[in-house]
Amino acid sequence: MVICHCYTDASHVSFHASLRSAAQMLFQRIEEFFDRFFGGSSNPLRHLGAMGLYFLWIIVGTGLYLYSVLDTSINGVYNSIGHLTREQWYLGGVLRSLHRYASDAFILVMALHLVREWAYGRYYGFRFYSWVTGVPILWLSYVSGISGYWIVWDRLAQFSAIASTELLDWLPIFSEPAARNFLTPDSISDRFFTMLVFIHLGIPLMLILGLWAHVHRISRVDYLPSRQMMLGTLATLLALALIKPALSDAPADLAMVSTQLRLDWFLLFIHPLTDVTSPAMVWSMLIAATALLFILPFLPHPKAEPVALVDQANCNGCSRCLADCPFAAITMAPHPSRPGYKIAIVAADLCAGCGICAGSCPSSTPFRSQERLVTGIDMPQLSVNDLRQQLEAKLSRLGGRSRIVVFGCSHGAKINALSSTDTAVISLACTAALPPAFVEYALRGGADGVMLASCRSGGCHYRLGERWTDERLNGRREPRLRSKVPLSRVHHLFASDNDNKLLAEALKTFRNRIENQQADDDPLPPYFRRNSYHA
Amino acid sequence: MPKAVAIVGQIVLYGAFAAFIGYFATYPRYRPIPDDAALIKLSMSHLGGRECRKRTPEELENMPRNMRAPLDCPRHRSDIKLEVDLDGQPLFSTIMQPTGLSKDGVSTVYKRFQLKAGSYRLSVRMNDNLINPGYNHVKEEQITLKPAQVLVIDFNPDKGGLFFRQ
Repeated sequence: MVICHCYTDASHVSFHASLRSAAQMLFQRIEEFFDRFFGGSSNPLRHLGAMGLYFLWIIVGTGLYLYSVLDTSINGVYNSIGHLTREQWYLGGVLRSLHRYASDAFILVMALHLVREWAYGRYYGFRFYSWVTGVPILWLSYVSGISGYWIVWDRLAQFSAIASTELLDWLPIFSEPAARNFLTPDSISDRFFTMLVFIHLGIPLMLILGLWAHVHRISRVDYLPSRQMMLGTLATLLALALIKPALSDAPADLAMVSTQLRLDWFLLFIHPLTDVTSPAMVWSMLIAATALLFILPFLPHPKAEPVALVDQANCNGCSRCLADCPFAAITMAPHPSRPGYKIAIVAADLCAGCGICAGSCPSSTPFRSQERLVTGIDMPQLSVNDLRQQLEAKLSRLGGRSRIVVFGCSHGAKINALSSTDTAVISLACTAALPPAFVEYALRGGADGVMLASCRSGGCHYRLGERWTDERLNGRREPRLRSKVPLSRVHHLFASDNDNKLLAEALKTFRNRIENQQADDDPLPPYFRRNSYHA
Repeated sequence: MPKAVAIVGQIVLYGAFAAFIGYFATYPRYRPIPDDAALIKLSMSHLGGRECRKRTPEELENMPRNMRAPLDCPRHRSDIKLEVDLDGQPLFSTIMQPTGLSKDGVSTVYKRFQLKAGSYRLSVRMNDNLINPGYNHVKEEQITLKPAQVLVIDFNPDKGGLFFRQ
């Protein structure tokens, strides 16, 4: 079955779809360039969410130390931070710099994460919740970041405080202009900084709560990137902190206005934007951008895949589908007709239709002799029975010196071009939708080799598919490929849809390898379902 | 790819990341106003006037004891008229309306004016009760603004009404 990712009206591709497609292609190319050096599991662009969380933990950790030495009085606040930077540069100064640069990096990866998820179309359907809960995080991040700059109470803080309150005053929310609080040097009091610290601690706490909500509907969240990425990033930020330490400007003086500022463009760009436009324009842009992010999931998008269906009689409650579902769409409940057993329940609004659950089900083995194979959890668009029939039909037509079956992911390299008399191709929504027993079934049914073409490492459209496939094939995850299956006849390739050349070369190399192997090197007894009792 | 090349590539990419963060954390410099400019900030928060009527003894006698206020004042406040001139030329003029649904709150204004540093004749006139003609608060002064200096025009009845603060 061909899985359609086209729009309902194929003749008309909207501007939005074209733009998204171009952005996706750009991201993919850059990610694949990064793959060369970092590999998939440590490629920062493939783990932007985890990178963002890592930066947040750095911000929280360094912030706690900075808070412990902060004197929240008008004169004390500037002096205490300045003293820390100068006299304790090796600890307090470095931590202050880490705090600032990690904040900038957080904003950067957050923006990239947002654009990347949009580019890959991860904002509607089963991803709706994560997308929508991400929008308030943008606001909370900026409020946290901007308020942090005020605490230093230098010229930049003064500028940002006045510019921010002038912007806020455009909204009809205060009876008196908030900017009046910064009119003259005696306008502010120590209490202002106490309130500011409260805001700068309170809003990030809300941000952490928002992040919890953002990820709580997906399973196996990358709370931290790989060790290699963490060390590399920390070393980078430390080097930056030492080479270019974060410093305060001159102390704030409300009787003066700064003519030149060392502006942090990641967080404070909104102030120059207001200066060149107007508060009305900036609020219009902010509100429009926020509204656009909220309505984006409701714009035309590809139709959702059918969701997984559970068969009561064949589900034994083993929970493997629960363990493997990347989107926490499966829960276990008491079996309605088998006391003491459990049954999988699929939350339709969370189900991606990837089929990873069907691939994990122990009942999905094609070696069962039933005429119509029914498994515990299955996909309507390509059931394991359809898959077995398709495989048997293709195996029966295979010829040539070396017969190879290629299972591929419809989001990865295009395997259909490989189809020939000696190569059968079967496309799946995700390679993890393939129960590993199908590999053995293909080899015992006449194939000389089986190749699986998953997405690149860390680039699975359904988050975990390529990882689960690899672990199952290598016996590290249930359901395992049986150890008697010779791995020399199995090849697992990680390839994106830009890797079609690589795919063709990999198949050629694999074929050469098989053809050069002795036929009796790794014998597997043949198995034909229709006369299985005689095999 | 050889591991050494991958490591060099990682160092280059991490370096580019650090350079990007480090640069845009402070550069390019932002100039909110030119070097030779100064600011005048006009900011006021003031209750407009209202016309109160003195109650007659008969009226007071007919009222409950605890409500015998000698003056009968309307809730709403008057708009406030404000004009600012610089060197005899109009710089700003507004009518500030009281806040609140019942128009019983303060009238406010907040404006920034950027001008070249130098000496100016600054004149501010205000009428906080428009029932009366003319201006009941006037302040006029020769001011000298240095570059980057902020002069505040404010109103505080306890400080004699309109005042300039440099």
